[in-house]
Amino acid sequence: MANLIEVEHLSRYYGKYCAVNNISFTLEKGQVIGLLGPNGAGKTTTLQMLSGNLAPSSGVIKINGFNLLTSPLKAKRSLGYLPDTPSLYKDLNVYEFLYYCAQLQGITSQAINPMIHKTLERCGLETVSERLMANLSKGFQQRVGIAQAILHNPEVIILDEPTSGLDPIQIKEIRTLIKELGEAHGIILSTHILPEIQETCTHVQIINKGQIILNESILDLNQTMHQNCVQVITRLPVDIAVLSAIPDITRIEPIAHNRLKIHYSMTGNPTHQIAETIIAKGWGLEEITPIKKSMEDIFLALTQVES
Amino acid sequence: MSIALVIATREFKSLFLSPLAWTILAVLQGILGYLFLNQVETFTLIQTKLAGMEGAPGLTDIVVTPLFSNAGIILLLVTPLLTMRLICEERRNKTLSLLLSAPISDSNIIIGKYLGTLGFLLLIVALIAFMPLSLLMGGELDNGKLLANILALCLLVAGFSAVGLFMSTIAGHPTVAAIGSIGILLLLWILDWTNSIKDQRSELFEYLSILRHFQTIQSGQINTMDLCYFVLFIATFLLLSIRCLANERFQK
Repeated sequence: MANLIEVEHLSRYYGKYCAVNNISFTLEKGQVIGLLGPNGAGKTTTLQMLSGNLAPSSGVIKINGFNLLTSPLKAKRSLGYLPDTPSLYKDLNVYEFLYYCAQLQGITSQAINPMIHKTLERCGLETVSERLMANLSKGFQQRVGIAQAILHNPEVIILDEPTSGLDPIQIKEIRTLIKELGEAHGIILSTHILPEIQETCTHVQIINKGQIILNESILDLNQTMHQNCVQVITRLPVDIAVLSAIPDITRIEPIAHNRLKIHYSMTGNPTHQIAETIIAKGWGLEEITPIKKSMEDIFLALTQVES
Repeated sequence: MSIALVIATREFKSLFLSPLAWTILAVLQGILGYLFLNQVETFTLIQTKLAGMEGAPGLTDIVVTPLFSNAGIILLLVTPLLTMRLICEERRNKTLSLLLSAPISDSNIIIGKYLGTLGFLLLIVALIAFMPLSLLMGGELDNGKLLANILALCLLVAGFSAVGLFMSTIAGHPTVAAIGSIGILLLLWILDWTNSIKDQRSELFEYLSILRHFQTIQSGQINTMDLCYFVLFIATFLLLSIRCLANERFQK
């Protein structure tokens, strides 16, 4: 499959300060990449470079096969971009604004109207299409920004914090929309809300101090998050030595009274044997739960090691 | 090019969404209307004297030329107010990224913005031109001279708005852009005042002065040199603006 975005050795300096340091990645059709990172990690700078708003200090960006630096117009034709502050002309109403955006994208006037109506419906903006943007609430303004980015049906959609300022219902709607768009387009979005990544993205990139420190698909990440660890609660005290004899178990950590955390190696899953042993010894098994590492844990672990 | 026209249309229309454009139109019409009536009054007073003179200045010389000269000076102060927001405001409101991430070249953005403002300024020139045209009801005008005056004022505002656009592209704040462009324009306007001092003539300053070229065209002498001056003047500032906008991406 052709890569929608190809980034090679991209760097950006502000004076001596290095905001983005030699990152490379690709985005394919059907992928939703979530860019995750603490404040000042270089997320927005990266997205600004991808959208042609900022020139990289070095590196190559190809969008839909066109080099953004040498043939910017062709590359930008397949680009929809929502900046961190949505670009809205406050003195226009929603319909006029979207009409102008469509014109800027070079869409023929016959095609504009159906396009706008489809987008208004997708973003839930039908009721406010006649209202001035200055009078819209922050959430609606954000939605107009998203509408602007997806209006011309671009292959690549870049969203900088798409759900900021939205209420929980709107967030849910927008996430559904992103997922739906992700099937036919390539999307790259930035956020610092971790569950959002798990819910909407197919891939996650954690970026810190301008470098990508984790680049994995959500499926792989979910596996990493199953930390090979179970928690066991029993009615009677357990003889740790007996449990340690079970193959694959690496470490047993008593947490509280009759409560154990059992770590095991990546290769096997001795949960079954643990349960059998406890029952056979008559210790009274009450609970056995796999412990999942949350995305927060991974994020914190990764970003703190770096710092 | 059609994209430039889209931007120009948007710019032109959005001018009328703010009170600024309406205020400028109203104030200009008010002041120039007063000046116009003043000139007409002067003419009627000295008409009898003029009748007896050989080769005396006509209605066009007494009413139209001063009106357009005054309009030039007033527009020198007004144009920067119109142009100051062009790029600067977009940058401050973060709407510039809409244009920068759309498939539009920098030159189309600048030309679009320029044409939008120029359209409004030409509307002002047209409104000013209606005043002397109203004299046709009761008198006769030197059509050639009237057209020369209109052409001179059109070229003048085209130059003014190019400078204003450039200042708006480099300035961080609209007020700074306005003051900067008024400064440049005023300097270029008064540049050949030193010529009135004996032995202080400078050919370079004389050439650079906008006023001199404006007055030559106004007097009815349409030289290639003066036309070239304005074309070069506009092209220079537009090119500088395009360069500046391209530089936007290399900030810091």
